[in-house]
Amino acid sequence: MSKQINVALIGNPNTGKTSVFNALTGLNQKVGNYPGITVEKKQGICKLPRGVKAHIIDLPGTYSLNASSLDENVVIELLLNKKDKDFPDIAVVVTDVENLKRNLLLFTQIKDLEIPTVLVINMADRMRYKGISLDIGYLEEKLNTKIALVSTRKNEGIDKLKQLISNYKEVSITPCIDTAQIDVDYFGNLKKAFPNQLLYKLWLVITQDVNFGKTDRNEIDPVADFKTKSKGDLKRLQQKETIKRYQFINNALDEGQTIDLSQAKDLRIKLDRILTHKVWGYVIFGVILLTIFQAIYDWSSVPMDLIDGLFASLSEWTKTQLPQGAFTNLLAEGIIPGLGGIVIFIPQIAFLFLFIAVLEESGYMSRVVFLMDRIMRRFGLSGKSIVPLISGTACAIPAIMATRNIESWKERLITILVTPFTTCSARLPVYLIIIALVIPEGRILGLSYQALTLMMLYLIGFGTAIISAYILNKILKIKSKTFFVVEMPNYKLPLFKNVALTVIEKTKSFVFGAGKIILAISIVLWFLASYGPGEEFNDAENIIKTEYVSENISSEDLQQKIASYKLEHSFIGIAGHAIEPAIRPLGYDWKIGIAIVCSFAAREVFVGTLATIYSVGSDQEETIKNRMAGEINPVLGGPLFTFASGISLLLFYAFAMQCMSTLAIVKKETNSWKWPILQLVIMTAFAYIVALIAFQFLK
Amino acid sequence: MQNTLAHLKRGERAIITDVSSIHIPLKLLEMGCLPGNSVELVQVAPFQDPMYLNINGSHLAIRKETASHILIEKVAHE
Repeated sequence: MSKQINVALIGNPNTGKTSVFNALTGLNQKVGNYPGITVEKKQGICKLPRGVKAHIIDLPGTYSLNASSLDENVVIELLLNKKDKDFPDIAVVVTDVENLKRNLLLFTQIKDLEIPTVLVINMADRMRYKGISLDIGYLEEKLNTKIALVSTRKNEGIDKLKQLISNYKEVSITPCIDTAQIDVDYFGNLKKAFPNQLLYKLWLVITQDVNFGKTDRNEIDPVADFKTKSKGDLKRLQQKETIKRYQFINNALDEGQTIDLSQAKDLRIKLDRILTHKVWGYVIFGVILLTIFQAIYDWSSVPMDLIDGLFASLSEWTKTQLPQGAFTNLLAEGIIPGLGGIVIFIPQIAFLFLFIAVLEESGYMSRVVFLMDRIMRRFGLSGKSIVPLISGTACAIPAIMATRNIESWKERLITILVTPFTTCSARLPVYLIIIALVIPEGRILGLSYQALTLMMLYLIGFGTAIISAYILNKILKIKSKTFFVVEMPNYKLPLFKNVALTVIEKTKSFVFGAGKIILAISIVLWFLASYGPGEEFNDAENIIKTEYVSENISSEDLQQKIASYKLEHSFIGIAGHAIEPAIRPLGYDWKIGIAIVCSFAAREVFVGTLATIYSVGSDQEETIKNRMAGEINPVLGGPLFTFASGISLLLFYAFAMQCMSTLAIVKKETNSWKWPILQLVIMTAFAYIVALIAFQFLK
Repeated sequence: MQNTLAHLKRGERAIITDVSSIHIPLKLLEMGCLPGNSVELVQVAPFQDPMYLNINGSHLAIRKETASHILIEKVAHE
């Protein structure tokens, strides 16, 4: 059996590394996490000529091996550890033809680790527009490597790359620069202290320790006769090293690359003149957001109604076709409505992920970072906080991970703390169903009231995030260096394949991740709602029959009364009644109470929970929405979901911290229980108070 | 008075002369902000901050605060 070749894909952000990965592996990829940390690990299998297989690992994008974040650290950890099972047989460094010079910096560092390295020059299709021509033979000789000129957009050069990978044994490992030349004295001593180690590797270990505090690396123990330098001195050496690397790169590119600027057609300048304009930039950003929300609403209403109806019929069909019994009931009343409560939101969530993927892929997101930095800074945030805040509309978990590239710890911590206020896709189900119940249809200026309400909720979430950031900025006494470097990539037409893969991957993980919890909860709920302790539950039929014996009541109504009496005295009914006093002032009944309690596992459980509770004991085929509309307020009479209780519920969900996974991520990213617990307590208390005020005012 | 990058106006070009201040992050140097390289101010956000620069072909944005540590020499318009 032939051995698999381990390939590491490495490159700066915005070089199209992921496109190359997708082109090599297609659908043969899986996304996981690195053990112990939440950095995304993408790997896949690529079939090479002659039946050989390559195991490709797509490492996080990094500008250099001098890591300044957890994500970047993954790259260096792997490249320094020969014993790692993923240690590459060959490194593929992906560069963008327009930023070749800057992208080559990382290439020279990896070469200096003496790992066989080939170079991908990506986006070759743009060379013509930019007047760039390359002398590949010359560059291969100067850089001591093999080069594949690739265009993932036109699907060119991938075969060449595969061929280079399969010939990995012939790839040169000659370093680019001689580390010892950076500072002869210092590196001379270092070499003497550790004669068996690669000098550049030693240097990386030393400088990384400066960045990260002492990490556990057994290979290099402090040796008495070697004195390291002060932080400032080390930094000066790193500067010298960087200059040396650029000298090497310039030397190769001076003759290997010619750029005829007169040929360059620069779309970037024209677009930037408008998109980053002091006034128009903001107007356009606003219009884009508005369009996205309207589109999410309009496009997904048809598939959603379809799915809702489908699950209602499926439930009904199960009941009539399967033999009667507890299992059929569990299926028809517990599992199917519970799952329906999550499947119904696939269209909306997919659209949301689609828009976010397009904004990121096109390069527009960086312009928003640029536009917003100054404003965000006033609130103690960074322009880069805009990315977590916007992707928080999909899910707070990846959003909180996306704070890693914020350089200042204080700005980052504040961003982490306020991101859960943004309206994540798990809130969407709750919002949508309640909006549909309590907000009238109709349009103003072509925008529907319902869409506008949704937009308002997004703005409230965003506004609360900003205001709490402002308060946190005043309260938190953290001193941290603030700096801010953001690359402004070229505008690109998003690649369909990349966007589609992102949407599929994210939606899948949302549905399966949430689906598991929802399935478990709906089974538990069904049991709790279908069984109860004591006389009242088990004897419900007789009790009700005796109570109504004198009244003339149809058998259908009688069945309905028995069912609801049973539900009230089931385990769940008892629990619900216990918490009812706490939530009645907010306008909710005990059923909503149960749904809220279950929502602390994850918000999206709300609709499924209500669907399960309402369907237990009911015989009619009904959609979730109709069932909710039919609920009666036990105290006031009239529909349970009124404008007042609806708004109160919307606001409660807007502010409450009801997501265990987010709390877990915050714990991981801040490395302390203090912050997630504060989030849980403060956000939920705030939600309660606001919902209380809203209901009492509106009722 | 020493000219710093923070003084650059939109559309102006300059040559970077010194980046030895410890307030300049290594990442910026790695992106090409090195002595001898040319720099052009492409766009500024309101209040001249942050600044959208083209440093030797690399397009990036930095805050005015960081820019004020980068010494430059302006280049006359051609």
